[in-house]
Amino acid sequence: MKKLLLFANVLALSIAAASAQPVATATLIKHGHIYSVGAAGTLADGDVLIENGKVAQVGANLTAPTGAKVIDAHGKPVTPGLMVSATQLGIDEIDLVAETNDSGPGLDYSKFDADGYTAGPKAYEKAASAAFDVSDAINPNSTLIPVARIAGVTRSLTTPSTGGGVFRGQAAIINLGTGKNLLDKSKAGMVVDISTGNGDSRPMLWAQLRETLDDAREYWADRAGYHRPGGARDQRTNRIDLDALEPVIHGREPLIVNVNSAADIRALLQYCQTNKLKLIVLGGQEAWEVAGDLAAAHVPVIIDSEQNLPNSFSGLGGTLKNAARLDAAGVTVVFQPQGGTAHYARTITQIAGNAVANGMKWDHALAAITKNPAQVWGIDATYGTLDPGKDADVVIWDGDPLQVTSAPTAVFIKGAQMPMTSRQTELRDRYRDLSKKNPPFGYR
Amino acid sequence: MNPTKGLPAWGAAVIVVLTLALAWWLIPHGSKDTQVADQFPNDEFPSTYKPLPSKPTLIRGATILTATEKEIAHGDVLMQDGKIKQVGENIAAPAGAVVVDGKGKFVTPGIIDIHSHLGVYPSPSNEATSDGNEAVSPVTAYVRSENSVWPQDPGFTRALAGGVTSMEILPGSANLIGGRSVVLKNVPSVTTQGMKFPGAPYDLKMACGENPKRVYGEKGGPQTWMGDVAGYRAAFAKAQAYRATWRKYWKTKAGDPPDRDLGLETLALVLDKKIPVQMHCYRGDQMATMIDVAKEFGFRIAAFHHAVEAYKVADLLKQNDICAVMWADWWGFKMEAYDGIEENIAMVDHAGACAMIHSDDPIGIQRLNQEVAIAMAAGRRMGYPITRAHAVAWMTRNPAKALGILDKIGTLEDGKMADVVVWDGDPFSVYSHAEKVFIDGALLFDRDNPKLSPRSDFELGQENNGHTGGAGQ
Repeated sequence: MKKLLLFANVLALSIAAASAQPVATATLIKHGHIYSVGAAGTLADGDVLIENGKVAQVGANLTAPTGAKVIDAHGKPVTPGLMVSATQLGIDEIDLVAETNDSGPGLDYSKFDADGYTAGPKAYEKAASAAFDVSDAINPNSTLIPVARIAGVTRSLTTPSTGGGVFRGQAAIINLGTGKNLLDKSKAGMVVDISTGNGDSRPMLWAQLRETLDDAREYWADRAGYHRPGGARDQRTNRIDLDALEPVIHGREPLIVNVNSAADIRALLQYCQTNKLKLIVLGGQEAWEVAGDLAAAHVPVIIDSEQNLPNSFSGLGGTLKNAARLDAAGVTVVFQPQGGTAHYARTITQIAGNAVANGMKWDHALAAITKNPAQVWGIDATYGTLDPGKDADVVIWDGDPLQVTSAPTAVFIKGAQMPMTSRQTELRDRYRDLSKKNPPFGYR
Repeated sequence: MNPTKGLPAWGAAVIVVLTLALAWWLIPHGSKDTQVADQFPNDEFPSTYKPLPSKPTLIRGATILTATEKEIAHGDVLMQDGKIKQVGENIAAPAGAVVVDGKGKFVTPGIIDIHSHLGVYPSPSNEATSDGNEAVSPVTAYVRSENSVWPQDPGFTRALAGGVTSMEILPGSANLIGGRSVVLKNVPSVTTQGMKFPGAPYDLKMACGENPKRVYGEKGGPQTWMGDVAGYRAAFAKAQAYRATWRKYWKTKAGDPPDRDLGLETLALVLDKKIPVQMHCYRGDQMATMIDVAKEFGFRIAAFHHAVEAYKVADLLKQNDICAVMWADWWGFKMEAYDGIEENIAMVDHAGACAMIHSDDPIGIQRLNQEVAIAMAAGRRMGYPITRAHAVAWMTRNPAKALGILDKIGTLEDGKMADVVVWDGDPFSVYSHAEKVFIDGALLFDRDNPKLSPRSDFELGQENNGHTGGAGQ
């Protein structure tokens, strides 16, 4: 009976502890190999103090404030939380289950025809729209979020999918915390697709791009005159799209353009320069060939470093050295996970590692999944490095963070220590011992 | 009625003997097929593969992962006449042998990808090159991937640079029964026959689950998983009848031969266990159903591919001697892939079943070593003491077993084909590369020699491609 009471007490205590989380307002990570990616540089034996959700101090032999939780990193790497860019994390649970896939305008299933062995349909989408805004659909309960989080991913630039239609809609930045509102910033970029894989020719895509942006400029020059005869109402572009394009035409919101061939990138550079548009290249298989121009124009490139196949006539120059060549030329490189796929957000470290294997400097590759995306997406005041005053997105690793065999041992987002569990770890634990038949699987 | 009533005892004895003889004649005998001269043909499009010229080569002082559970810290591998001559320590170089300094390097058997669509869904990918799914009817046992392979697919060269020396090229998974697969050696060749792995059996590609439903749901079915299962059974029931008709004809040679049906001929060979089945199947419960279907008709499933739920039925796979072909971490792209976990390969392996990696992807095929590393590390984190010497089998020995060619490749053992990769570091590091790739003892890829970074015909004269390092480097 005594034992039972004790058990009940322990249970009560643990429930109390769970509900009061987060308890510690301060956490001191000691004896880490700190890669701050910021002013503190790299410290072979350093500490990171987290207070009130922010990085308070980075240095050697820091003192723990009273009541602070102290974690000994035992010399293991400590980095900023990682950021994945240009995936559908938070808006896509299962690609082929329409109800769970908010990454595009939706599929017209009456025309669906699954040719090909790959999973996803590419054609027959409904019309896309500049007004499409992923921040309307962020699902904080997505099981993809904990899967990515326990792999060290703490932020995401979540974009509409590409493929079909020039204007695909607006991207948003989310954090991968346990909260119910993950949105950090909406309208972080306007996704445009001028890749030619969807049956449109280049001149047609360019005509659509120019017409829409010209419409927007005319509309914003005389917005009040929209309903007047000869006003913007007579334009082909509809009002919600014209409204959405305002920050784009005024150079405040970047155009994120999915484009692979060097020739198309050159044309875009010229167009965006002439029209004072902020450009970010997405895909960029042949970007290395125009690296000098991209660097001179300060145009960043979002790439998956593994895309070395001539899988289209726009990507014949694909090479594993793309990232290294761009970086060496001074282009800001930002990495995308394997295939730009939200489910594989955790491959962001492998993508960075493969860039290093093919000539990119290690610290530059780490920056391409921390500091660079923070700058490119305009959240560098609060995220991207372990500099005092920034949000405490911190990861402690069991080995080289870019190595495929490594994994985080602890993840903090905005100062809160994350649970290291996901739907996948629960499945693993349920089936860990197949010889155990009692209790049956449904009760584990 | 008793037919022997009223007969003398000797008469009854005669009838018993005659009945037994008749019964013997009527009962099909397992070994009988191999005794009769008449067989379904099974070697059309014969291999013309000839190993490329090679010199005796000794790799000296490397870390050797033999894929027989052994790691030799400072080991040597001697290749001669296209074969592995010796693996061990302090092997003397024969006269005239090329000696490769293996200091700091690793040596493994060539990687085998048991699930690839290179050549049938090649680069560049467009309507003209999409030759992987004969999506005209749910059962197309009559087609063969070898008749679709485009040997100029640049993807082959990228896979070579990733250490892949053999691949099984399968038809896609739109159909319940998609057709025959073919095993290829990863060598440049103008013809597909010139890549065809000599002596490797054909396999039959079949697919469970969502894909056939999605393709045919509105085109007359199958529309449901139960429709899928009925479809496999109906096809094999037909094949049983077809085989019986031919056997009867071979026995009697009476009249004209029956009409030849290429699809049923393939399925008859599957029933004869001469063509094993490679079965695309994600869900554990669906694997269990297919095991019963295979038992009903007496065919052999060699492996379940894309088996993201294999960890739920690993005991069943072990019990039925069926391999599981898995990704390290692909999941969630469709409902049947929702329960994929990183520990899958390690858990299936831990349960004693045959586990292996595969790519199904022209990018993934280039770094199967990294995928094995991910799976190995996931297993270690859940407490399994998985060594490199063990994990290397997931990309070499086990796929060779599932393809029925373990006697020829898959391990570094004397007498096997010298399909060998020299890595510039631990193959399970993201920073390592396949530095030298040998196929049948011939050096086919060398990172340090641009002349040994192949380009396919398609890549020639393409301005941008010309400035890359060849083989996607």
